[in-house]
Amino acid sequence: MTKKTKKGKISTQSESGLIDITRKKFRWSDYLAEKVIKGTAFLSITIIVLIFVFVFRESVPIFSTAKAPAQTEIHSDANQQQETYGEVTDQPAAPEVQETYGEVTDSSEHAETTDESYTVSAGSGHDDNQTALKTLLTKDWVPVSEKPRYGILALLVGTFKITFISILFAAPLAILAALYTASFASRRVKEIIKPTIELLAGFPSVVIGFFALMVLATFLQDVFHYDTRLNSFVGGIAMGIAAIPIIFTITEDALTAVPKSFYEASLALGASKWQTAFFVILPAATPGIFAAVLLGIGRVFGETMIALMATGNAAQMGLNPFESVRTLAATIGAEMAEVVFGDTHYNVLFLIGSLLFIFTFVINAIAEFYVKGKLMKRIQGK
Amino acid sequence: MAIEKIHTENLFLHYSSKMALNNISISIPEKKITAFIGPSGCGKSTFLRSLNRMNDLIDGVKIEGKIFIDHINIYDKNIDVVTLRKKVGMVFQKSNPFAKSIFENVAYGPRINGINDKKHLDEIVETALINAAIWDEVKDRLGDSALALSGGQQQRLCIARTLAVNPEIVLMDEPASALDPLSTSKIEELIVELKEKYTIVIVTHNMQQAARISDLTAFFYLGELIEFDKTKKIFTNPEKKQTEDYITGRFG
Repeated sequence: MTKKTKKGKISTQSESGLIDITRKKFRWSDYLAEKVIKGTAFLSITIIVLIFVFVFRESVPIFSTAKAPAQTEIHSDANQQQETYGEVTDQPAAPEVQETYGEVTDSSEHAETTDESYTVSAGSGHDDNQTALKTLLTKDWVPVSEKPRYGILALLVGTFKITFISILFAAPLAILAALYTASFASRRVKEIIKPTIELLAGFPSVVIGFFALMVLATFLQDVFHYDTRLNSFVGGIAMGIAAIPIIFTITEDALTAVPKSFYEASLALGASKWQTAFFVILPAATPGIFAAVLLGIGRVFGETMIALMATGNAAQMGLNPFESVRTLAATIGAEMAEVVFGDTHYNVLFLIGSLLFIFTFVINAIAEFYVKGKLMKRIQGK
Repeated sequence: MAIEKIHTENLFLHYSSKMALNNISISIPEKKITAFIGPSGCGKSTFLRSLNRMNDLIDGVKIEGKIFIDHINIYDKNIDVVTLRKKVGMVFQKSNPFAKSIFENVAYGPRINGINDKKHLDEIVETALINAAIWDEVKDRLGDSALALSGGQQQRLCIARTLAVNPEIVLMDEPASALDPLSTSKIEELIVELKEKYTIVIVTHNMQQAARISDLTAFFYLGELIEFDKTKKIFTNPEKKQTEDYITGRFG
């Protein structure tokens, strides 16, 4: 193929003495490279879409009363068991036990009956999905119980609380550090600070979690004297540590991108360096800083390991920062491995996964489109 | 000659190892327009920027010699640079309004000087905008972003911003070089009006501009001050051959 084109090229040149540009040539390498790049790009997009479809699909059964095929088998199996159990155990006694479980989630006392009731609850999958949907917007997260309840409100509150605390801690620190690096630090100091903080972005979150669990929790308890050692405050600070590098890097970039002419103009008006940094550079970089904070929020929102290790993992609704909380991500991380495949609990965990996906997606979308579009235009006056 | 405002003695300036200004001694009078002309890289902008110590921002700049403003050496150790820059304002080549509203751009200077009274600020902004001959064009949209203005309007806004801090000297670094002829003539008219109140030093590439508006002209070449005299004299009967060659367009 290549030989032919080469020959053709030579002949066209020699005939007229001019380079012929009218004949389109097929370039194999270009064609291949283009297709491969295109294919790779679409593949990655497809993978993301498929993950979402999978996660979302697994959470769908909660919303439908019709049974998924995987559960029908369990259903029939369980029905048989239920029948056998029904004869052994006293029928009127069962509701009594159920009620007790509903309030007291102490399983050690009734260890013997737990197995039974668990099977029963798994068996009545039909009703289970309905109760899951009903209890979804309550505050009790008791998925493994005689009368399981899947209230995600406490998890939502916990997640938002911890996100709030960590951003409250991380954003000012990161933004001020970025402002210092961009406006005050000498070039040499800048060359040290920036890579160091950015290095922290690649820090494994399990190490930060470990640090929070062993060192930070004890230290903060000594300082603030609260009761629960692991709580949303400790978790928030630990997650803040994970969010700082992201907020710092993007803010620093945004601050550095502010035209130098602003800086000069401000100084020429008799402003001090400090005034220039706060009243000219910082406001001009607002859209970028906004995006940085949003991405920081996204990071904290989906953070699992630190949440698992440092928050105490008790699903509580209260707004007190010194209470233990449980986040959405940590719930999936802690329970997914131990859940019955196709069970309602399993479905609810996937629903939580979908929620996380949607939240993070929305936050990133806002950062991307709103900031780069509207806010930027408004500030640049177009 | 009028009262002396700026005076330099044997000023040398180095960028790292490169010499940018070589032994400049000049005396600039009060409330006149003094133009610096010369080919690119001759040091005229560098000299202008050393008059309000903007060169301090550049790494590796070394300055020897003395610059007196009102008989005070501005490179003395006990000089407050921030206050110096209030006294010696500057308008840059490229208009550089802040990403704020028109009002906030002009009010910025007074604000950082501690003026927060809304009424007082309104007055200062209005006066500055009137003095910069842009008031009529923007009075109905002071809240709009300054970046939405045209290039010429932006530059006049920058002049207004400089005037709002009430300086004594206004340095202008090719203020009209990026503007169309109409905007340029507006800026030139404005500069001539401003000399009643301010001492103006302007760097320009445009020799006709220097001839039109300035009272005195200094010709710089390769970091040296070749000739400094009344504009009329420089453009009609220069002493030095180099000056004549430059203004007649033989080089540069």
